[in-house]
Amino acid sequence: MIEATGLTKHYGKTVAVDDLSFSVQPGRVTGFLGPNGAGKSTTMRMILGLDSPTRGKVTVKGRDYRSLHDPLRVVGALLDAKWVHPNRSARAHLQWLAKSNRIPSRRVDEVLDIVGLTQVAKRRAGGFSLGMSQRLGIAGALLGDPEVLMFDEPVNGLDPEGILWIRQFMHRLADEGRTVFVSSHLLSEMAQTAQDLIVIGRGKLISQTSTEQFIKDATEDTVRVRSPQLDRLRELLAGRARIADAAASDGALVVHGVEPSFIGELAAANGITLHELSPQLGSLEEAFMQLTKESVEYHAAD
Amino acid sequence: MTLLAVERIKLFSTRSPWWCMLLALGLTVGLTAIIAANWDGSPMPVMGAVFTHTFGLYVIMVMAALAVTTEYRFGTIKSTFQAAPDRTSPMIAKAVVVVLLSALVGLAASFGSWGLSWLLADDTSQLALSSGNDWRHVAGVGLVFGAGALLALGIGALVRQTAGAVSIILVFALVLENVVGLIPNIGDDIQNWMPFLVAQKFILGDPDPSGIPDGAGPPAIGELSPWGSFAYFAGIALAIYIISLVVVKRRDA
Ligand SMILES: Nc1ncnc2c1ncn2[C@@H]1O[C@H](COP(=O)(O)OP(=O)(O)OP(=O)(O)O)[C@@H](O)[C@H]1O
Ligand SMILES: [Mg+2]
Repeated sequence: MIEATGLTKHYGKTVAVDDLSFSVQPGRVTGFLGPNGAGKSTTMRMILGLDSPTRGKVTVKGRDYRSLHDPLRVVGALLDAKWVHPNRSARAHLQWLAKSNRIPSRRVDEVLDIVGLTQVAKRRAGGFSLGMSQRLGIAGALLGDPEVLMFDEPVNGLDPEGILWIRQFMHRLADEGRTVFVSSHLLSEMAQTAQDLIVIGRGKLISQTSTEQFIKDATEDTVRVRSPQLDRLRELLAGRARIADAAASDGALVVHGVEPSFIGELAAANGITLHELSPQLGSLEEAFMQLTKESVEYHAAD
Repeated sequence: MTLLAVERIKLFSTRSPWWCMLLALGLTVGLTAIIAANWDGSPMPVMGAVFTHTFGLYVIMVMAALAVTTEYRFGTIKSTFQAAPDRTSPMIAKAVVVVLLSALVGLAASFGSWGLSWLLADDTSQLALSSGNDWRHVAGVGLVFGAGALLALGIGALVRQTAGAVSIILVFALVLENVVGLIPNIGDDIQNWMPFLVAQKFILGDPDPSGIPDGAGPPAIGELSPWGSFAYFAGIALAIYIISLVVVKRRDA
């Protein structure tokens, strides 16, 4: 449904998105996860044809967004709830959007009703609370009854009730067979919302897996080992554990799937000196931070 | 066609265009009223009723610039391009709506001024629209407002900020064009080609001799004929507008 290949975006010297390839499937909520500045919004702007990729391309239903006819009927997106003229009423905002893609104006009332803004439809959007603005943005995304929906950090700044509403709403959309692509910088949030995850860090793809698998990998305990005879240790561990090189410079190994005691005994038995043997137990969020920060490490492990 | 309706909804569902149009109209007609009421001693010429159109022109250009820059300011330009990703069609639709509207305001302002002059001036013996030139003095204001709006749309789309676009327009029209005349030797020659001054020649140039008060010099400068002057002004507006279309298409939204 959404397919990116080698997607790259430079802003001057900043590389916002770097050779990113992924695909987003229909009928599921796909989370787009990465820390601040990872390139999520930039990627979404490129999907919508707002920013042009420096290299690579991204298609929606096999087509370049800019070649879509009445694109709001194919892709609905909420990238920023503030993209509304503050002196225009909620209804007027939706009306011009609807008109532009030949969507009947009765649909405006429908989506206002779906997001629960019927009562305030005539009020100027500038006076809306964050939650109401977010709902108006979602109403705009739903206007064309599109098969593909995209939300950029839709729960930012919402209260728990609003978060729950949006989460259930996205599930409902996916259950109807639509493609739902939603970004966040919080793994804990995505863990409850998304079935699949596309994780990026510094513009690069870190992983594309199911949420379940990602969490299992991310929360698995690891052991960090430093030793002057690292190569020998690596040979001994091969086949028994998954090994990854930590950030290249400090020359440590990160070992998955074995206890620290096992490594200690193995080293002793083979006369290997250890300079560090530290178990790394992290919370979900810490593990995620570790992964996105040391994207090199995870790539090697994969 | 639908995009025209879209731009119409966008323009009229906020308040600032209404204020700008009222101000353009009020300023032009109001100042003419003062002139007409105080026109003593000689018959008031047709031209006298439209001297003030420049004030309305600047206000209408601000309105046109705002029609683009507020879209950038509030991010609605992104929704616009999301809905019409070729970008050129919504920009052209906006230009059609804004230019037509500005031309209508121009006509309302000039005919309003002229009509009010009939009521307020002492001697209206020269005020009838009796020649092609007379008609140009009055109806031409509509054309100049339309072309000015196109120019302002282009500047607005290029600069993307209200403050920047409005200062460029006002500083150029009110300061720069007058100051260049002070440059020794070549100043006058340059001034003859300054777009806003040339546009004034279209409205005020070549009046019927009977319409010029005794002892007054030619009311407008420039090397071109009145219609040539309009073509020059409109050509500059169109060129800048087309450049803005190309830039908007290429640039990240
Ligand atoms: N228009 C732009 N001009 C210059 N740099 C930009 C632009 N847009 C984004 N960037 C840079 O590109 C990088 C990625 O930004 P982006 O907004 O895509 O990240 P993000 O993942 O959405 O972050 P956040 O979680 O904070 O929203 C950042 O370093 C940002 O500063
Ligand atoms: Mg972002």
